[in-house]
Amino acid sequence: MIGSNTAHQMPDKGGRIVDRRGRTLLAKIWDQHVIANLSDDTDLLHVDRHLLHDLGGSRGLIDLKNRNLPVHNPELTFATPDHAISTASGRAGTIKTGWELLAALRTETSASGIQLFDIDQPGQGIVHVIGPELGLSLPGCLIVCGDSHTCTHGGLGALAFGIGSSELTHVLATQTIIQRRPKTMRVTFDGRLPFGVTAKDLILALIGHVGAAGGTGYAVEYAGSAIRDMPIEGRLTICNLSVELGAKMGLIAPDDTTFAYVQGRPYAPQGAMWDRAVAAWRSLRSDSDAMFDREVSIDVGAIIPQITWGTSPEHVLGVDGRIPDPADIADPARRGAIEIALDYMGLKPGAPIAGTKVDWVFIGSCTNSRLSDLRAAAEVARGRKVAPGVRAWVVPGSETVKRDAVAEGLDKIFIDAGFEWREPGCSMCLAANGETVPPGQRSVSTSNRNFIGRQGPRARTHLASPAMAVAAAVSGAIADVRTMER
Amino acid sequence: MAQAFTKLTATAAPIMRTNVDTDVIISINRMIGNSVRGSLGKWAFGSLRYLPDGSDNPAFILNREPYRAAEILVTGPNFGCGSSREAAVWALQEMGIRAIIGSGFGDIFFANCFQNGILPVVLDKAVIDGLAAEIEASQGAGRLDVDLQEQTVTSPSGVRHSFEIDPRRRAGLLEGLDEISLTLRRDQEIRAFQASDRTARPWIHFAGSSAR
Repeated sequence: MIGSNTAHQMPDKGGRIVDRRGRTLLAKIWDQHVIANLSDDTDLLHVDRHLLHDLGGSRGLIDLKNRNLPVHNPELTFATPDHAISTASGRAGTIKTGWELLAALRTETSASGIQLFDIDQPGQGIVHVIGPELGLSLPGCLIVCGDSHTCTHGGLGALAFGIGSSELTHVLATQTIIQRRPKTMRVTFDGRLPFGVTAKDLILALIGHVGAAGGTGYAVEYAGSAIRDMPIEGRLTICNLSVELGAKMGLIAPDDTTFAYVQGRPYAPQGAMWDRAVAAWRSLRSDSDAMFDREVSIDVGAIIPQITWGTSPEHVLGVDGRIPDPADIADPARRGAIEIALDYMGLKPGAPIAGTKVDWVFIGSCTNSRLSDLRAAAEVARGRKVAPGVRAWVVPGSETVKRDAVAEGLDKIFIDAGFEWREPGCSMCLAANGETVPPGQRSVSTSNRNFIGRQGPRARTHLASPAMAVAAAVSGAIADVRTMER
Repeated sequence: MAQAFTKLTATAAPIMRTNVDTDVIISINRMIGNSVRGSLGKWAFGSLRYLPDGSDNPAFILNREPYRAAEILVTGPNFGCGSSREAAVWALQEMGIRAIIGSGFGDIFFANCFQNGILPVVLDKAVIDGLAAEIEASQGAGRLDVDLQEQTVTSPSGVRHSFEIDPRRRAGLLEGLDEISLTLRRDQEIRAFQASDRTARPWIHFAGSSAR
C-alpha cells in the first residue's frame, strides 16, 4: 500500500499530525497515488492510465517531441480516434482536419510505442466506452484524459478526471499529475427505479436539484441502494454527468457487480494476480464513520423520466412538466438566464414540454452508447417507425458495442424503424467531426451537454435517456416513454 | 512555460450571465486541429459576438468601446464550466484577457488558466455584482486593479478586496514557472514510487501483458 502508511497521517494546516480515520473512498484511492506532498493540500499523484484521443493526443506528443522529452511510460498510455472521425460507413466524409489528426495520432503513437486502437479494430471507440470495455479502467486506478467526461470511469471505482492540454503534456512527460485534494460530497440514491426511469434520469434529476455548479470543487461519491442495484453501464452513465454538476471527479465504490464486469476483459489481471487485485479492491469503500463535506439524498422513487428544456444541464424537468416562465422568477439574474435560454431554444414559457416538435434524434455519446443503452432504445423502437420529418441516428460507442449489437440484431430493429445505424465515435454529441444538427433545428439527444451551439451553430438540444430519445423519434415530439414501453 | 503575472490595471468587461461554458468561449469547429493557436482570438465568444451573417453583434459587450480593449473579465457564476478544452483559455488570451474575476469557475478551466499565465480570481458574488455595477455605471471608463503580490482587486472607486489563492499557484504565476521541468526534478521519486508500486499493484503495470 504505497504511500498510505504516511499519507493518511498528514500534517493539518497547523502542522499537527492528524490520523485520518474514517476515510472516504476518495481518500483511500488518492493516498495510494501520492508520490510527494507539494503543499498542504496539493499532491503529486501517479497516473495509472493515460488515455489519448484524436482531438488532443497528437498535439501533446508533438509538444513533448519539441521539448526533446520522451514519453515517461508509453505502456501506461493508450490511444484511440473518436472525436474527429466521421461515423458514416467507411468513415466517408471525414473532414480534412479529422484525417490530419488521425494521421498524426498514428504517427506519434507509433513513434512513442503507445498502443493505438485504430478505426475498424475491436478496441476502437469513444475513449470512455473502450476504457471500461477493455479492462484498462480498473477499480482504484487513477485515470486521466484530455476530456472532461473522464469522470465516467469512476463508475468502476476509479479516480478519473479530465485535464487540459498543458496537463496532458505534463502527464506524458512525467506520468504524474499535480492536483489539489478536492472536497468530498456523497450523493445517496435510495429506492427502486420506477418504470421508465434510468440512470440518466437519476443524474439529470440530481443536476436539476444541486445545479450545474453544485459539485464545483468536489469529488462526488454516489452511494445508496439504487446504485448498489445498478449494473455497471448505468453507473458509468451516472459518473459521466458528474462534470455537468461541476464535479471533476465522480466515483462509486467497487463491489461484486464491478468485479464480475471487469473479470475476463482483455487488459484486466488474470489468475493469481486477479485474486490479489480483488482482495485489494474490496477495501476501496468509504468507512462507515467517514465524513463528507456535503451530503445529498435523493429518493429515486419520486423521479420520473427527465428532459432538459434550456442551455445548461441544470435546466431540466420531468417529462410531465411545464417550461418555466420567467415572469414567475423573482431573482433578476435567474430570470435573465431563463429568458436567454428560452430565446435560444425557441420555447414558449409555461407550455408543457411534452409535445414539443423535434427534427433530430441522436442516440450515442460517452453517456449512453453502450450495449444496454442500445437494448433499451431498441425495446422502444421495435415495431415502430421514426416519425415523418425526423432524422434519427444511432451511433454505437465502440466497435465492440457495434458488433455485439449486430450479433443481437439490434441494428436491424433500428434500421427497420427508420433510424440510421452508424460507425462508432463521438459524432453529434459535440459535432467536432462536422456531424451537426442544422441551425434552428431541435434535437433530442442522449448525450451530456445542451450548451449553446454544442451540436452545431444554433442547434437546440434536449437531453434525455435512450428510451426517451426513441419516444421522441417515433412521436415526432418530446413524449413520455412510459406510455410506450412494453 | 507560462508567462508571469504580477499586477495589472486595465479595462474590465462584465460578462455576467450564468454558466458560460467553454463551448461558448470557443466553438469546437474553430479549435480543431494541431495548428490553431494564434487564430483563436477572433473566435472567442463567437456565438455571442457575431450575428448569423458574420457581422459584429452590437449588443455583445466586447464589441463596444472601451470594452474592446478589455484585459480583465468580470464574470457570472460557473464561468468556464463544461469541456476541458484549453483552447478556451488560449482564445481569451489571444483576445488580450489576462485576468478573470468571478464568483466561481469550472474546475478544469480554472486549472487551465494557471497553465497559461492567466489569473482567475474568486470573490464573493456580492462583490462581483458590485464590481460589475461600478464598471457599467462608468460605461467601462473605470479600470480595475488586480495585484497578485498583494492579493487584492481594487474597484474603480478605490475599494480594495482581498482574495485567497493557493500559494503554490500564486508562486507559479508570479515567477512563470515551468511545471514539467519542476516535476522532472523529482524523477527519482517518481521512479522509486513506480518500482515499489509494481510489487504492490502489479496489475496496473503489467496490464494485459499476457493478452498482447
